[in-house]
Amino acid sequence: MSILINKNTKVLCQGITGNQGTFHTEQAIRYGTQMVAGVTPGRGGTTHLNLPVYNTIDQALAQHEIDASVIYAPAAFAADAILESVYAGIKLIVCITEGVPVLDMVKVNAVMNDSESILVGPNCPGVITPGECKIGIMPGDIHRSGNIGIVSRSGTLSYVAVNQTMQHGLGQTTCVGIGGDPIHGLDFIDCLKLFEEDNATRGIIMVGEIGGTAEEEAAEFIQEKVTKPVVAYIAGVTAPPGKRMGHAGAIISGGKGTAEQKYQALENAGVATVRTPAAIGEQIASLINA
Amino acid sequence: MHIHEHQAKAILKRNGIPILSSHLVKVGDDINSICESIIKQPWIAKAQVHAGGRGKAGGIVRIDNPNELVSVVTKMLGTSLITNQTGETGLPINAVLLEEVTDIKREIYLALLVDRGSKQIAIIASAEGGVDIEQVSQQTPEKIITHFIHPAAGLQPNQIRNIGYALELEKNQHSQLQEILFNLHNLFISNDCSLVEINPIIVDSSGNLVALDAKINLDDNALYRHQDIQILRDVSQENISEAKAKELGLNYVKLDGNIGCIVNGAGLAMATMDIVKHHGGEPANFLDVGGGTTQRKVAEAFKLVLSDNNVKSIFVNIFGGIVRCDLIAQGILDAIQEIALQIPAIVLLQGTNATQGKKLLENQSSKIISANTLTEGAQQAIKLTNI
Repeated sequence: MSILINKNTKVLCQGITGNQGTFHTEQAIRYGTQMVAGVTPGRGGTTHLNLPVYNTIDQALAQHEIDASVIYAPAAFAADAILESVYAGIKLIVCITEGVPVLDMVKVNAVMNDSESILVGPNCPGVITPGECKIGIMPGDIHRSGNIGIVSRSGTLSYVAVNQTMQHGLGQTTCVGIGGDPIHGLDFIDCLKLFEEDNATRGIIMVGEIGGTAEEEAAEFIQEKVTKPVVAYIAGVTAPPGKRMGHAGAIISGGKGTAEQKYQALENAGVATVRTPAAIGEQIASLINA
Repeated sequence: MHIHEHQAKAILKRNGIPILSSHLVKVGDDINSICESIIKQPWIAKAQVHAGGRGKAGGIVRIDNPNELVSVVTKMLGTSLITNQTGETGLPINAVLLEEVTDIKREIYLALLVDRGSKQIAIIASAEGGVDIEQVSQQTPEKIITHFIHPAAGLQPNQIRNIGYALELEKNQHSQLQEILFNLHNLFISNDCSLVEINPIIVDSSGNLVALDAKINLDDNALYRHQDIQILRDVSQENISEAKAKELGLNYVKLDGNIGCIVNGAGLAMATMDIVKHHGGEPANFLDVGGGTTQRKVAEAFKLVLSDNNVKSIFVNIFGGIVRCDLIAQGILDAIQEIALQIPAIVLLQGTNATQGKKLLENQSSKIISANTLTEGAQQAIKLTNI
């Protein structure tokens, strides 16, 4: 079992003919992901990486069953690409694109609120269910199927978390990178809920960072609704206020969003926190073996 | 992106929001003739720097005697202003805004920002203007009025009425607030702002609302569609190394420690600083070479970190994904070809092609030391600052 995606998930790529789209679609196919088609406006009727390319998602849907779309379109077109997927009724939309204007995401969010579609990202590594399906830019071969669910705002830190589980002989059910932008789709709480409901997931690793209050809200949710062990790490204890730490969303402003506040909230909720990512593996291993 | 107060006020004025009359004096201007040409009346001289806390730092001066105008402006221009937000080197004052003096009957706080929680634009208002709004929100949160703007409905008059009555405005001020808020909302969207803050907007002696200060931050991700705003960037207000890093496609923030950090990915870069601190060291910087980094970028990153004289050791922490560790290793070797490495560099390579990367670095320089784990790498980097 897993969350969001599995070996049956059929995936379409938006922006398949671009550099990023090409490279990562190749990687996904090699990993075993069921890539079924691509969309690039103006390139309809051609084939790319042996996949049919369409001008629109509607045209692709007329020929294929599609469960998920992955977006590598440039930032200026990403919001439009997300909405095309929403209007077409795609259930899961994973937007990898970095640098999407925040007011574009305000509009996208308003539409998402009235739709059944789930958005992951933007500015995220994507979602992987090891051994079954990889949607995004994470290196497939560092993962192994297992019983730990991982949710992270940061891409490379999620790889570190994966590596931590591997060093302790564990694997992952699904890893979700929710992205580093201030306004994004799927959040910690959504993922925690899915992992809690997933029978195969025995423990959860949550990797947060400074900025916003999503980790605090997640802490409250864990206290009330999550019975499985959760290990949390928050990056940015040493980050100075007012400075953006790479991710658009990683900024301490108005005295809010500090790592210390997040640790406090999580610890008050009874979550096992670690102060260095090097301790994630040991902590989750000891909790699920207890 | 941050812009100056005078630039923000020009945007307000263009959008029909009342501001005080003013004159801008820049470095290189003929100060005498500008001061000669303006009305003989009291003025407030405001240093134009990208930082708050100007008043307490002497960057806002009231000039009652018109004969002192030239000397005050001359004294300010071309110097640096050090406030509690600038760091010890301060920021250069390349322009001074001379603004007319007005009577203030009351001060109100007004701001629009992108609210992460509601995923909408929020209007924040408070009758406690002119002071540190963060203190108000912590100590007396009931004095903060917040309304969210739905992107489909836009700003609605009922929201403005609610704000106006909560602020206990007088009758004529309600229509003024309505016009100001509609204009602010429009300019917020049309310029892709992330924050517009007017602290304070005042009620003057005639009972009119006037914006006394203005701060506008713009969404970096949206700058590509605003050529007119791109040109407002003032590089003199940015840290030289940080600005240079930006041009190279690196994310760099300078800190005060002595352990230079070079990392791929923003989250891991933050975590690396934290690990260094956790084990008792002080990070010299945040540096993310990016997810899709190149050999060249790594070499540039190395040179950038080495240009900080405080740096006594370097911790390179790479988790290879799409980026291959052997490419990173080659980038490090390129860098030390160009500049002789005088300080130790501890290199942790994990993930894709880590073994090949490590092999490349073997026996290349006595200063390059391979680490096998995060903890070991951080501890080594700390230990070797003392040598």
